[in-house]
Amino acid sequence: MTVTIDTPIGAAQTMVLNMGPQHPSTHGVLRVILDMDGEIVVKAQPVIGYLHTGIEKSCESKTYSQVITLTDRIDYLCPLSNNLGYCLAVEKLLGLEVPKRAQYVRVLLTELTRVASHLVWLGTHAIDLGAMSVFLYCFREREEIMKIFEFVSGQRMMTSYFRIGGLALEPPTGWLDKVKRVIDAMPHHVDEYETLLTKNRIWMARTKGIGMLSKEDAIAMGVSGPLLRASGVPYDVRKAFPYSSYEEFDFDIQTSDGCDCYARYVVRVAEIRESLKIIRQAMQKVPAEGPIRTEAQGIVPPAREEMKTSIEGLIYHFKIFTEGFAPPPGEVYQAIESPRGELGVFVASDGSNKPYRVKFRTPSFVNLQSLPNLCEGRLIADVVACIGTTDIVLGEVDR
Amino acid sequence: MASQENAKNPVVQKLREWDAQAVAEVIEFRGETTVVVPKEHLKRAAEYLLSEPSLRFTFLSDITTVDRYPLEPRFELNYQLLSMDRKERLRLRVKLGGKDPAITTVTSVWPTANWHERENFDLFGIRFDGHPNLTRIVMPDEWEGNPLRKDYPVEGYR
Repeated sequence: MTVTIDTPIGAAQTMVLNMGPQHPSTHGVLRVILDMDGEIVVKAQPVIGYLHTGIEKSCESKTYSQVITLTDRIDYLCPLSNNLGYCLAVEKLLGLEVPKRAQYVRVLLTELTRVASHLVWLGTHAIDLGAMSVFLYCFREREEIMKIFEFVSGQRMMTSYFRIGGLALEPPTGWLDKVKRVIDAMPHHVDEYETLLTKNRIWMARTKGIGMLSKEDAIAMGVSGPLLRASGVPYDVRKAFPYSSYEEFDFDIQTSDGCDCYARYVVRVAEIRESLKIIRQAMQKVPAEGPIRTEAQGIVPPAREEMKTSIEGLIYHFKIFTEGFAPPPGEVYQAIESPRGELGVFVASDGSNKPYRVKFRTPSFVNLQSLPNLCEGRLIADVVACIGTTDIVLGEVDR
Repeated sequence: MASQENAKNPVVQKLREWDAQAVAEVIEFRGETTVVVPKEHLKRAAEYLLSEPSLRFTFLSDITTVDRYPLEPRFELNYQLLSMDRKERLRLRVKLGGKDPAITTVTSVWPTANWHERENFDLFGIRFDGHPNLTRIVMPDEWEGNPLRKDYPVEGYR
């Protein structure tokens, strides 16, 4: 990719430094072209597209249900959030109401995803700044959450567990005990990370006052998620536009006025604790029995029993898995709060069995745009902290 | 698609009061409001929606194109707006013809539009006049064609 940089000649002599796309601290294949004046970054220019796989184009040649497996692959740290965003968008298009039990299970699992995703962020951000042990601790706990996903959906990462109209499978017996064991241990682990980092002088020196993003800039740049909340804007899609019964849960929006990397660390750690709170409430709410899928003939596959015993069930089963279903023509935009911010799914239907256009408004893509605001005028070593703090997933940036 | 000319949405009424020319059509679907704006009014309408104290659409979530090939006007640009103070969303839609599709940029209104517009330029070939850096963003610079257009071949050798 050719990039032109206007280098001022005379007063300041600048050097162009190419960072990435193969660089351990860029969390994937991000390339940043830095215009350096000595150690100071004069201009930062993110270059993306190295991981572009054309997911949106692929969606147009798949039936509505088949797209779900593609959504996993957009952001591989929170596949369940992507599943949820897409399923909710199609359910909105169809006008489907999902049974309460499925909604609570969805909330529980997406919050677990948020915890897992924040743990990966914390671990990798800490290792970028030289704190090796935090990385090992975080991945240890994340592994336990991955085991829950595997137990429930059969897959550690590419879960595809949420389906249009509900869930893919009945959650296995005893899954809530496993969840309980993990989240009972979590607060202690989070304390452990905090003892290592929160009052750590090196950590504070590396993150306090670094990567400043003012409230006005954050909104103007379209930044969302923890990045926005760390700039003092109490905006959370779960509160502003509740979906999947979030209005029934008691939790707070975590904000900070710090506007720097440290504030983002504080907000994300507090969000892990809030998520644990939501998971505990969800465990109370999930009924032991009840439907996991809504009943909608020709849209949601019939129960296994019905498929095996009734002719209509078999016909619908066959039709759904061969030709899919056709929602009414129209467009919907459904946003959810993914671990990284507002994940918006825009689905346009032309009345056929394949989506006419699917657009994922991914938070990483928009948040990354604010990187020059964060690191221009700062030292080159801070660029690493700034990239880490935006919590980007390149799969999601490039799609 | 349910289309109502006399929508009760207060935002739409405000827009109509401000300039009846700026509202070509109002579409209500699944509780979402889409206002179709003639392309020459887009930037003015954007500035109004941002600065009007009772509206305050300060946050631009997304810009998406839908290609209606072979219909004309072929491209539909959807601007997803959000008012954080009032917890309300609104979608602006602009229709562009297939021959040399171009529209004024809104980067001066919402700076976040920069990358969104580059993405639409890259994948749909829509030109945004006045954009500070209108280059390809996800595809390589030397790429030919615009992959998300409906007439872009999806099979065979290039």
